[in-house]
Amino acid sequence: MISIKDLHATIDGKEILRGINLEVKAGEVHAIMGPNGSGKSTLANVLAGHEAFEVTKGEVFFEGEDLLEQSPDERAREGLFLAFQYPIEIPGVTNATFLKAAINEIRKHHGQDEISPKEFLDLMKEKAKKVGMDDSLISRSVNAGFSGGEKKRNEIFQLLMLNPKLALLDETDSGLDIDALKVVSNGVNTYRSEKNASIVVTHYQRLLEYIVPDYVHVLYKGRIIKSGGKELALQLEEKGYDWIKEEQVETV
Amino acid sequence: MAEVRAEDFGSEEQAKAVEDLTTSEYKWGWETEIEQDTFPKGLNEDVVRGISRKKNEPEWMLEWRLKAYRHWLTMEEPKWPKVKYPEIDYQAYSYYSAPKEKPELESLDEVDPELLKTFEKLGIPLEEQKKLAGVAVDAVFDSVSVTTTFKETLAEKGIIFCSISEALQEHPELVKKYIGSVVPYTDNYFATLNSAVFSDGSFVYIPKGVRCPMELSTYFRINAMDTGQFERTLIIADEGSYVSYLEGCTAPMRDTNQLHAAVVELVTLDNAEIKYSTVQNWYPGDSEGKGGIYNFVTKRGACRGVNSKISWTQVETGSAVTWKYPGCILQGDNSVGEFYSVAVTNNHQQADTGTKMIHIGKNTKSTIISKGISAGRSDNSYRGLVKIGKKADNSRNFSQCDSMLMGSNCGAHTFPYIEVDNESAMVEHEATTSKVGEDQIFYLNQRGISTEDAVNMIVNGFCKEVFNELPMEFAVEAQKLLAISLEGSVG
Repeated sequence: MISIKDLHATIDGKEILRGINLEVKAGEVHAIMGPNGSGKSTLANVLAGHEAFEVTKGEVFFEGEDLLEQSPDERAREGLFLAFQYPIEIPGVTNATFLKAAINEIRKHHGQDEISPKEFLDLMKEKAKKVGMDDSLISRSVNAGFSGGEKKRNEIFQLLMLNPKLALLDETDSGLDIDALKVVSNGVNTYRSEKNASIVVTHYQRLLEYIVPDYVHVLYKGRIIKSGGKELALQLEEKGYDWIKEEQVETV
Repeated sequence: MAEVRAEDFGSEEQAKAVEDLTTSEYKWGWETEIEQDTFPKGLNEDVVRGISRKKNEPEWMLEWRLKAYRHWLTMEEPKWPKVKYPEIDYQAYSYYSAPKEKPELESLDEVDPELLKTFEKLGIPLEEQKKLAGVAVDAVFDSVSVTTTFKETLAEKGIIFCSISEALQEHPELVKKYIGSVVPYTDNYFATLNSAVFSDGSFVYIPKGVRCPMELSTYFRINAMDTGQFERTLIIADEGSYVSYLEGCTAPMRDTNQLHAAVVELVTLDNAEIKYSTVQNWYPGDSEGKGGIYNFVTKRGACRGVNSKISWTQVETGSAVTWKYPGCILQGDNSVGEFYSVAVTNNHQQADTGTKMIHIGKNTKSTIISKGISAGRSDNSYRGLVKIGKKADNSRNFSQCDSMLMGSNCGAHTFPYIEVDNESAMVEHEATTSKVGEDQIFYLNQRGISTEDAVNMIVNGFCKEVFNELPMEFAVEAQKLLAISLEGSVG
């Protein structure tokens, strides 16, 4: 699905990613964990093509294509989706207008016809139900005046609507109470299939109780310093990050 | 007073966008070849008399024009707007230009086919079989009205919709009673000039209790070179009546600046309502700021009667310089004034626009929603006055002025003036300035939407409250216009 090799990236000249290597195959869920400032969100944003970051070294292949050559909207049309840590408000543009435009752009890119209004409406109703989203949020402006939880829910709603190949979930659990967390996780779990993959970026192990990953990677100072199965997350929960940091120092 | 320069934001991508802007084209810039009867350039009493004679006006009209002209000579051009333009030589313009062989048309067959073609090309078909459904149109070409559609249908309800020249012949008593009653000939430099030399415009009278069954519309087209266009529109809604009126305009691309100084007067009597919508699309000049229309317009409505309402909606995308403050005088108790505006400036355009809400009667209410969008090297100012008089008990005003900046070489300015002489009044003012956010664009990009479409989406969302006030067909046109005006503005 995606293959990241020796990826380095800077913001304002400061190096944040210092050689990331990661392989994600279809059907897999990878969790990226790490202390604050380790570069987790940067990785998600660099993959999505955020302009603020400059890739200084390395390569990324997404479905065999050079990802770094593509503009953010091309990446999205190719099937890369970022669930934002801080979803953006677009006043005056309804969720429905916005999503319809997005779906049709993606369809056009794949040589498909535009979605019919009926089909679109049915799809919205079905997916909104899956994330427990109120119908009124659909006709409201994108994220405008939404609570933190509603915004996160809206991200997952969009994920289900667009059904991408690769989902990057950036701290999707932050700011959610336990009920919302369950709903959002359920949403992600219904998205999971053998054909797609997810990279879940999170600070806490809590989310991984609901979205069970196949692999867990620990990111520290811009590098993946430890990888393992889902049990690694539990170890981290129990012992914190310090023991890995120490381990890291020893191996250096 | 708030002032924001865009330099604080800026990015390379947007700087490039600003460059790209210069490639967006004005699509109405062609010119009609037609034989015109044009006065020699220059302005003096003989010109004023000449215009009046051409139109076979009653003596009182000429006297009024002459009083205005003599008063104009004592006045100075206002310098307070935040716009810059070279000094206007008022002797360098011609004050009357009309397609030859016009008067006394029995039917459209007698209209010069070139003129019909012109309006058809503009999307305003005038022929009987092609007329716009549900919209009656008065087509004004340079100084004169070419034709008015649906006249008979309207006449059945007692509605008068014709050119003001015709109204002066057929209904002089109505014109005499109301002309200058909202905008007196001494009002301001440009309105006074208009009072002296106005050549045509539309006249509407809606009788008591009649709800006008269709949209009324005037389409203004400036064609002749170095000609000023001075139209005068007068709309009267008698007791309990309602009318929705639309105004559209374009002009050919020319290197020289053309002068447009219009006056619009609206009067609503008891329980009457006028909804006045404008999509202003005069030629804005080229990317270097050469040419374009100087648009100095005085628009004012008087809510004379109790419970009456006047609502102005404007989408301003054109003109090199815009100077325009559609306002409402809320005389009648419980009367309501509204102003919804989207003003877009690009390249070297300058706009100083806003509104005046003068509360005189009790329980009067006004709402101001202004959306300014600046791109390129343009300057966009909101200037508004809210005045609450001594007797205007329990009056209310709500103002919201939002500015959006695109690129780093434009400016947005807000000049709200508030005068309150009554303690029971409530006045609220909100203002925001934002930049088309890179975060917003990235968010939309990340969902597969191109930067160009993202900007359109964001801008349309920003203007939505105003577009919602426009009649349906106009709202669609306004959105398209906005997209064209800002084409290539980002990315």
